[in-house]
Amino acid sequence: MSKHTLIVIGNGMVGHHFLEQLTATAAADRFHIKVFGEEKLLAYDRVHLSEYFGGSTHADLAMGTAEWYAENHIDLHLGEQVTAIDRENQTITTPMGDYAYDELVLATGSYPFVPPIKGNEHPHCLVYRTLEDLDRIRASAAGVKTGVVVGGGLLGLEAANALKSLGVNAHVVEFAPRLMPVQLDTDGGALLKRKIEELGVQVHTEKATTEIVDGEHARLRMNFSDDSHLETDLIVFSAGIRPQDTLARASGLDIGERGGIVINNQCTTSDPHIHAIGECALWSERIFGLVAPGYTMARTLAAALNGDREAAFTGADMSTKLKLLGVDVGSIGDAHAQTPGARNIRFNDEKVGHYRRMVISEDGKTLLGAILVGDNSHYDTLLQYALNDITLPDNPETLILPESQGGAPALGPDALPETASICSCHNVTKGDICGAIDAGCSDLASVKGETKASTGCGGCAALLKNVVDSELEKRGVEVSKDLCEHFPYSRQELFHLVKVNGIRTFHTLIRDHGKGHGCDICKPTVASILATCWNEHILATDHVPLQDTNDTFMANMQKNGTYSIVPRIPGGEITPDKLIVLGEVAKEYNLYTKITGGQRVDLFGATLSELPAIWEKLIAAGFETGHAYGKSLRTVKSCVGSTWCRYGVQDSVGMAIFLENRYKGLRSPHKIKMAVSGCTRECAEAQSKDIGVIATENGWNLYVCGNGGMRPRHADLFATDLSDEALIRTIDRVLMFYVRTADRLQRTSVWMENLEGGLDYLKQVVLEDSLGLGAELEEHMEGLVGTYQCEWKTAVADPEKRKRFREFVNAPEKTDPVQQWTTERDQRRPVLESETA
Amino acid sequence: MKARTSWNVVCKVEDLVPESGVAVWTEDGPVAVFYLPHRLPALFAISHTDPFSGSNVLARGITGDIKGEPVVASPLYKQHFSLITGQCLEDETVKIKTYPVLLDGDQIRLEVPVNKQETAAA
Repeated sequence: MSKHTLIVIGNGMVGHHFLEQLTATAAADRFHIKVFGEEKLLAYDRVHLSEYFGGSTHADLAMGTAEWYAENHIDLHLGEQVTAIDRENQTITTPMGDYAYDELVLATGSYPFVPPIKGNEHPHCLVYRTLEDLDRIRASAAGVKTGVVVGGGLLGLEAANALKSLGVNAHVVEFAPRLMPVQLDTDGGALLKRKIEELGVQVHTEKATTEIVDGEHARLRMNFSDDSHLETDLIVFSAGIRPQDTLARASGLDIGERGGIVINNQCTTSDPHIHAIGECALWSERIFGLVAPGYTMARTLAAALNGDREAAFTGADMSTKLKLLGVDVGSIGDAHAQTPGARNIRFNDEKVGHYRRMVISEDGKTLLGAILVGDNSHYDTLLQYALNDITLPDNPETLILPESQGGAPALGPDALPETASICSCHNVTKGDICGAIDAGCSDLASVKGETKASTGCGGCAALLKNVVDSELEKRGVEVSKDLCEHFPYSRQELFHLVKVNGIRTFHTLIRDHGKGHGCDICKPTVASILATCWNEHILATDHVPLQDTNDTFMANMQKNGTYSIVPRIPGGEITPDKLIVLGEVAKEYNLYTKITGGQRVDLFGATLSELPAIWEKLIAAGFETGHAYGKSLRTVKSCVGSTWCRYGVQDSVGMAIFLENRYKGLRSPHKIKMAVSGCTRECAEAQSKDIGVIATENGWNLYVCGNGGMRPRHADLFATDLSDEALIRTIDRVLMFYVRTADRLQRTSVWMENLEGGLDYLKQVVLEDSLGLGAELEEHMEGLVGTYQCEWKTAVADPEKRKRFREFVNAPEKTDPVQQWTTERDQRRPVLESETA
Repeated sequence: MKARTSWNVVCKVEDLVPESGVAVWTEDGPVAVFYLPHRLPALFAISHTDPFSGSNVLARGITGDIKGEPVVASPLYKQHFSLITGQCLEDETVKIKTYPVLLDGDQIRLEVPVNKQETAAA
């Protein structure tokens, strides 16, 4: 059977999602797929566009990769604008030629609406939609003081955030009497305005711009209808979107009165071979300007093309939960109480800045809508009530009143019907989750893998966990967090027990809180906790038997029982004299020498009994232990920075050395790696580290929770333009919170992904101090920094500790007979098993 | 006929590390001696050689108990070996040598075959 040709015009978020959905079905084999995108870049995440100024690149925001398209045999035509559709002959035209189609999908999206104001064609009047737009905004904002966003809606506030992160004094000019007029009411809008102004963005409501003229003190001047004016260097229009329906209009498809390509429930236009999805489509007289409904249309169309006759788009919930300029905003359903007979319950705390409004039905039984400003912790529960018509409690006000303690009340997962949507990004219902569990998933991770739930925006993470735990419990599966058979506690719980009860030895802990005598799981875990809490020497008598061999002998055991030695070289900076000492020591003990990935030198092949003497020499030359053996800070990699590099904007080496010296010796659930780059070229690869620091003109951008290794993960941007002090304070808090709450052998990435609320929650705890723990975390870190000791220095000076390094306690001169050596590339190495046979 | 053995002094009490092991050299090769003070008897001796890597490292493993059985975990690939029987808990086909051990005054004595060649041939 010959394949039909399916052409998709538009490579935005919805267009890409459609392809993902279609390629997952059997229909993919029936079609030869071609995609045309006007932009030169692969589809990217426009929802998080403002992160582009925070250091994210197109690659970070990209939805897919060129490889993915290639693997799925999709022809990608980027930067190739479609200029016409010939419906009669079923072809499309681009500057490169004509292409025939059997089925055509329009995912052309929308374009920003620029109000017809005199002077809006000025070169510093811009829009906010594409990465190219952002590059223009960045160029226009370079070196100027003031920028104005016209439009106080969702996108306008995102644009203001972008201006702010460029270091420009941002103003928002809104025609309506309040911000976000579609989603918020008067009180909500007023609170949002106050909060945003506290963040340094000036808000001007009820302003109609009459003209834009040359300014006196800045490039431009906006004149308003009330005779006031505002001077600014650039203007960004973000006053709403209009469906991009030019092609469809020209080809004679049905178009709505106010624009938009008319579609039916199967997302098909007035031409049965042409379909439209996303913001360009008009369904039931409505345009959907959010990504979730666009995704739903994409799924519907993919299912329909796969032959599913039931597939239908039947409207979409326009509820939104956002963080705008760091302020929580939520809007659910009929937020403006337009349903006849609707009643309101409002809670407005002007002191802390929380506003919550519930719109309930006349009989008080169902939730019709809600508005939240300042705190979104009630959003998930309210949304479930609204979406699933769950009967409200007799006193519904308890749902939005502050509790005397604890967080927002959560709707028990048992109360949710099977049809309740848990993850709206991937359209996963509670029924789907139950199905996955019945099919064999027995923990949160496998349910996520099977259903994709909570792998989109992650907003449903807490709810998903509740549902999974509750369903597992119902099926009699005990959700065990026990560390091992000796302790019925998680690492975090053990940490609390140790800290709160002042426990200083493993013996006391297992006597009072465990059973048996311990094992190779719990002993090192407890040793790490004790080290974090009390920072005693790891070879103190009580702690010796708890350590992994690498910690016990403060070196890394290799496969033949010998050890490798890695002295600390902070920031990778080393004097020629010290380098010579490393060479001399390696030569004397015939050690295989290799440069590590972390900018230091690894010396291999030392026997147990040689370690103390080698370290004596290294210590005499000024070296300290590098903790390459420990679950602790490894290295802080750096580029050469502003001292030498013509691009560097900060002293990255100096900062790396400072950080390495500050956190060296910190015992943690897993190893920690850091890096500091001196400019955005990122030569130190900081975004692949647990803690990554990248210099900016104004200070440092901080990235957290990245790693290389088996499952590489890019670090997330955590905070921008920090001063030295703020950077260190923030890292102190992140690290200490990690050390206290992570599971055993959990890298920062997995830890963060498993925190309920993920990155946002971590930001709240660290940047906003939502748990009130900030000072305690800093104090704890300060204490550890103050009690640091070089473990090797202490060990070599203590004859008792040195006794541990005897290879055979009854035969000091005896060498291990199994260690056999050969020479390769002029260095000594072990004889391999295959070579001895 | 039982192979001839002798009880050799291998080290002193002060050489031992509570809850952990030390390696000693014997006529029968390297042996790991463990001292678990909470148990009775408190001394255990097994081969120091990790059968999975062939390296002499077992005395440097972490001790503990699995379902009541005293064990050491190999520091290389983390298999557990019973200190009483030498049985590997992860692989029933692997069992390492154990040696009778006792405290004699302040000295530790191990029972080892007198002639290594004879034992190896047996």
